[in-house]
Amino acid sequence: MRYLPLSDADRQDMLARVGVASVDALFADIPADKALKTLVDLPLAQPEMAVSRTLSALAGRNTSAASVPFFVGAGAYKHHVPATVDHLIQRSEFLTSYTPYQPEIAQGTLQYLFEFQTQVAALTGMDVANASMYDGSTGTAEAVLMAHRITRRRKAVLSGGLHPHYAEVVRTVSAMAGDDVVTLPPDVDAREDLAAAIGSDVSCIVVQTPDVFGNLRDLKGLSVQCKAAGVLLITVFTEAVSLGLVESPGAMGADIVVGEGQSIGNSLNFGGPYVGLFATRQQYVRQMPGRLCGETVDANGTRGYVLTLSTREQHIRREKATSNICTNSGLCALAFTIHMTLLGEAGLTRLAALNHAGAVALADALATVPGVSVLTKAFFNEFTLRLPKPAATVVEHLAERGILGGVPVSRLLPNGGFDHDLIVCSTEVNTDADRAAFVAALKEVL
Amino acid sequence: MLNTQGRPTAAGEAAAITHATFTGNRALQQSEPLLFEIGRAETTGVDLPDVPAHTPRLGGLARKGAIGLVGLSEPETMRHYVRLSQRNYGIDTGLFPLGSCTMKHNPRLNEAMARLPGFADVHPLQPQSTVQGAVALMEMLSHWLMTLTGMPAVALSPKAGAHGELCGMMAIKAAIAARGEAATRTVVLVPDSAHGTNPATAALIGFSVRPVPAGPDGTVHVDEVKKRLGPDVAAIMLTNPNTCGLFEPDIVRIAAAMHEAGAYFYCDGANFNAIVGKTRPGDLGIDAMHINLHKTFSTPHGGGGPGAGPVVLSERLAAYAPVPFIRRDGDRLALVEDTAGSAAFGRMTAFHGQMGMYVRAMAYMLSHGADGMRQASEDAVLNANYIKAGLADLMSQPFGDRPCMHEALFDDEWLKGTGVTTLDFAKAMIDEGYHPMTMYFPLVVHGAMLIEPTESESRASLDLFIMTLRDLAMAAKSGKTERFTGAPYHAPVRRMDETRAARQPVLKWTAPAPAQAAE
Repeated sequence: MRYLPLSDADRQDMLARVGVASVDALFADIPADKALKTLVDLPLAQPEMAVSRTLSALAGRNTSAASVPFFVGAGAYKHHVPATVDHLIQRSEFLTSYTPYQPEIAQGTLQYLFEFQTQVAALTGMDVANASMYDGSTGTAEAVLMAHRITRRRKAVLSGGLHPHYAEVVRTVSAMAGDDVVTLPPDVDAREDLAAAIGSDVSCIVVQTPDVFGNLRDLKGLSVQCKAAGVLLITVFTEAVSLGLVESPGAMGADIVVGEGQSIGNSLNFGGPYVGLFATRQQYVRQMPGRLCGETVDANGTRGYVLTLSTREQHIRREKATSNICTNSGLCALAFTIHMTLLGEAGLTRLAALNHAGAVALADALATVPGVSVLTKAFFNEFTLRLPKPAATVVEHLAERGILGGVPVSRLLPNGGFDHDLIVCSTEVNTDADRAAFVAALKEVL
Repeated sequence: MLNTQGRPTAAGEAAAITHATFTGNRALQQSEPLLFEIGRAETTGVDLPDVPAHTPRLGGLARKGAIGLVGLSEPETMRHYVRLSQRNYGIDTGLFPLGSCTMKHNPRLNEAMARLPGFADVHPLQPQSTVQGAVALMEMLSHWLMTLTGMPAVALSPKAGAHGELCGMMAIKAAIAARGEAATRTVVLVPDSAHGTNPATAALIGFSVRPVPAGPDGTVHVDEVKKRLGPDVAAIMLTNPNTCGLFEPDIVRIAAAMHEAGAYFYCDGANFNAIVGKTRPGDLGIDAMHINLHKTFSTPHGGGGPGAGPVVLSERLAAYAPVPFIRRDGDRLALVEDTAGSAAFGRMTAFHGQMGMYVRAMAYMLSHGADGMRQASEDAVLNANYIKAGLADLMSQPFGDRPCMHEALFDDEWLKGTGVTTLDFAKAMIDEGYHPMTMYFPLVVHGAMLIEPTESESRASLDLFIMTLRDLAMAAKSGKTERFTGAPYHAPVRRMDETRAARQPVLKWTAPAPAQAAE
């Protein structure tokens, strides 16, 4: 077996040195009737070529985003990631290292985490960001728990524009923890009155912008009202590129910002791994979940970085920890940081403008299709269409024509009464020809 | 020991360095400024087309003012991050004996497979008819995990080990609620030797933690468990093999006691690498166990993540598994994403979990096969015992000289009076070119040193490691403490001031105040 360096002769000699007759003597604590006498019923070892053949065949049965005109978003986004990013994250010293608990031989990881935290703080307009969460959805659940700790209240209000899967993750954790959650009705055109949900028992209001339907939301007024009532404003975004063009959550008064960072540096990966961005105000740092990297000096006074404030974390504080999180999304955070470094301020703002321009063009083109209306007025790179036919059927018919045309709202909100609504996304990867093909195909299937 | 590579193992004379460098660099060890000290706001390493004319539709929410980011050209970016990488230690650099973390070889075939466009470039919400191969891979992984564990169900979506624990404990809580005992069964038993994630997970969803002491032999005795069992107990969270590197001999009796008391058995599967193909958790009476794909099944740790933590579930808990789950309908595979019509307790994450890790783990499993995985576990256990045997005369063992599973545990009794601590000893290992072992864990062992070599090490590598630790141990015992107390001397940086980092947290770069203009 190519991954196992020991030879049979090594094994025999080593067993002799250990002082046992057979390797099974080392497994003597397994109850005899529970020890497997034979191999489990699975195929035997295979060479690299055979494994590659099997997995390539499975991969070949999927339609990859780059192979078709592709307009699917709603929480994960197809962007072009420069080749440099994937090369660098596969450097052995990044890929095969552990959590940087030994800072003297992990300054590479620690310095990029410090850069990541700085980039995320700048992007969100917040004071401080952590070293990543699993993804945006789990980060949102953690933000709610954090708000409960800060406010000592245990009721969260979720906007009807929050990604329904994010809302479900929050509800799942909250139900188990015994906390209250109020989920406002689905809010396709951003008309809900969130301020009306403020109350003295409310810990936090969770609002997504751009929301799952694509609406950009102005939260400045809401943040003022939240502040007056001692309610924390948690803002969520799933499309990090939007922050290159749109006002930052920090500037709108958010207390905790959670985001999905996938669209910078990371592939679609059928849902994971992704990277959760998590930022807050300075005064709440010690209530944050997750790892934090901080600057310090070594014994010679040389600047360096370490994981810090770990008394918040499970390996120190155990059941009193701010979260149970241990492993995070380190390598995806590195991909984010490298892509963001390549983009820079100039590249990110241009990338964001390209996305917006493309989406505006697509919305205008689709609006010309008979029976189709664009429901979203202010948006970044995605918006919701109302179709004359059920969106789930339309999407299947578009797929048959080689176009992946968006996410039916009914997939996220089954039985929600939004069967005719379709969330459509356009990014820099979409060409004019893609958009024209989409419009033509949509005309055909409607 | 056989030193087949002929490397010197005695400490040489220190070469006198007569001068520091002008740059602060030391040949291949390059110091590298922060991105923000070398980047520029106007620089970009990505060529993008001009933005076509359009009327913005941002609803008046356009950003005002700069973000505060900087960019680098592509060659500068490459050099910056390559230099950073050279300040890191990885499995590919050398032996990484981090106990409880299973730092095994990360095959590059796995990376190549995960990057096939059919896996890496598919969206979680595109029509299911266009991702049947991806779902088939998930079904295949499920089958392998269930077969290896002897469990009838698996929830794939948890994102890492602790998330898997949360998933398993939520399934237990849902099952208890379904029995109408949510209000009364509120206690989870957790041994003192457990990973910190166990009590943190239990507390996160409202359980209180009742500790169980380990016996003098480092294992949990069924009598101690029984003493703490009652109608208020929901579950036990037990790691097996445990964090002392021992298979829990009472495990079947503990499972029976839990079930008799109407409670469940959660197993922390962090140490599954010791027993793959040797015994099946399902046969031991376990109700839920997470599997760290980034440990046992070789997906890279990536400097802290991402991981993946699928949870296998017993018949008692299977119905409560979260969405999404796979349903086969003839030739067609469906990912069920809606909890309606099932007992699913909810959802762990927005999408389907860590697909990129599933592909890597599947490549590992297919490569090893049933025979290779069993051999891997045997080699991992043999390697740990070989290290233990090579050090047992110099370093003390908290639970006597008995066989271990895949990790060898020492305490600091043997360092008493030397002036050298476990931490010092570990930092001296850095100078010798090794990553330290896990230190001060498990908490029940004083000055613990937990060494897990994994099956990836050759005999020659193990021999050199043993010789190095023996040399260090003898140096410590001979009173040459400066080698330890100031270590590391040869790493890119010296020992870090962690107290300062925590007292005055600096968590991001801020622009220095402009220098005062000369008058």
